[in-house]
Amino acid sequence: MELLYTLLLGFVSVVLINNLVFTKFLGICPYIGVSGRIDMAFGMGLAVTFVMTLSGALTWMIDHWLLMPLNLEVARYVAFIMVIAAAVQLVEMYLKRFFPPLYESFGIFLPLITTNCAILGLCLFLVVWGTGTLIEAIVLSFGGGIGFTIAICIMAGIRENMRMVDVPESLQGAPITLITAGLLALAFMGFAGMI
Amino acid sequence: MAATLEGQNVYAEAVATGLWREIPVFRMLLGTCPTLAVTAAVKPALTMGLCVIFVLVCSNIMVSLMRKGLRPHVRILLFTLTIATFVTIADLFLRAYQPAMSEALGPYVPLIIVNCVIIWRAEARASNSGVMLSIVDGLAMGLGFTIALCTLAVIREILGTGRLFDIQVLPTAFPAWAAMGMPVGAFLTFGFVLGFINLMKRKRA
Repeated sequence: MELLYTLLLGFVSVVLINNLVFTKFLGICPYIGVSGRIDMAFGMGLAVTFVMTLSGALTWMIDHWLLMPLNLEVARYVAFIMVIAAAVQLVEMYLKRFFPPLYESFGIFLPLITTNCAILGLCLFLVVWGTGTLIEAIVLSFGGGIGFTIAICIMAGIRENMRMVDVPESLQGAPITLITAGLLALAFMGFAGMI
Repeated sequence: MAATLEGQNVYAEAVATGLWREIPVFRMLLGTCPTLAVTAAVKPALTMGLCVIFVLVCSNIMVSLMRKGLRPHVRILLFTLTIATFVTIADLFLRAYQPAMSEALGPYVPLIIVNCVIIWRAEARASNSGVMLSIVDGLAMGLGFTIALCTLAVIREILGTGRLFDIQVLPTAFPAWAAMGMPVGAFLTFGFVLGFINLMKRKRA
């Protein structure tokens, strides 16, 4: 029961209060690039959630069961980035072979995710937060992905409507997206009082 | 003589590209994650900029040295591993000599690994140019990145605290905008600075 409570709290916290996009500024590149249409944004969000959960769990295992016992924390960054790149590659090959429709719908997003700073960022934050158990690491990384999906979908919804708005010419494109994101971040700050 | 002149032109070109024509953050919208995360004050922004310059120059040298042996399918992997190695060095150095700053920057130092500016330069410049040109390119691009970070940081620190490097610059009667130090301020400042640059560009055109 205690464990369930901790997990739930952690999940809510990483989805809303410590949202990767709005408080940690992770994954801003796809956030600005892909948030033009809501279906694309949702696809990107799902792909990120998938890879994030997988690499969060994998890097936690490598960190705790391999690097820490051997005192090899120095190699942490190199190990993490390799694991993430390999995980993305494997997922891509696996989906292509066994779930072609899903692979088609993820499209170019999968390879792009390797350099998505949200993935590596989350794995590093798991270390900083001192995540103790594997199940906690899995729940937190899944939550991180969900948080990213929520953020990018809200943004895509706003941007779809913003096409009908008369934005000053020099603010069109990235600037107005960033300003909108700022207002959203302000709104998300309201969640800070929840826990 | 002609060769040196031409050579100088190439270097001047690289500097102009890095510092203005393709200044990473403002013109190319690359490296936005650290741009937003570490610009609440000037000091962390400057530290971050120096780290990026170091990693960028070192990785450019390495990539330039091994450009003849690169194979297309392992290219990106090799770039990433090279960058990760130098980032580890920078991180350990910072932790040893600037522990407070290392604490404040947190995981944003290791996140230099996935900073698109570095892999972009490895791909666009170092993998097809000589070592000297790659070094100049790394310095120019890194400096451009640092300038962009510091621009945002100066605005945010002055409006957010009324000070710059612990020196009071605004009259104390000015209420400090606490929001400028928070994520909100980061997004808004970046958005408005980009808008301002667009405005300048249109006026000139």
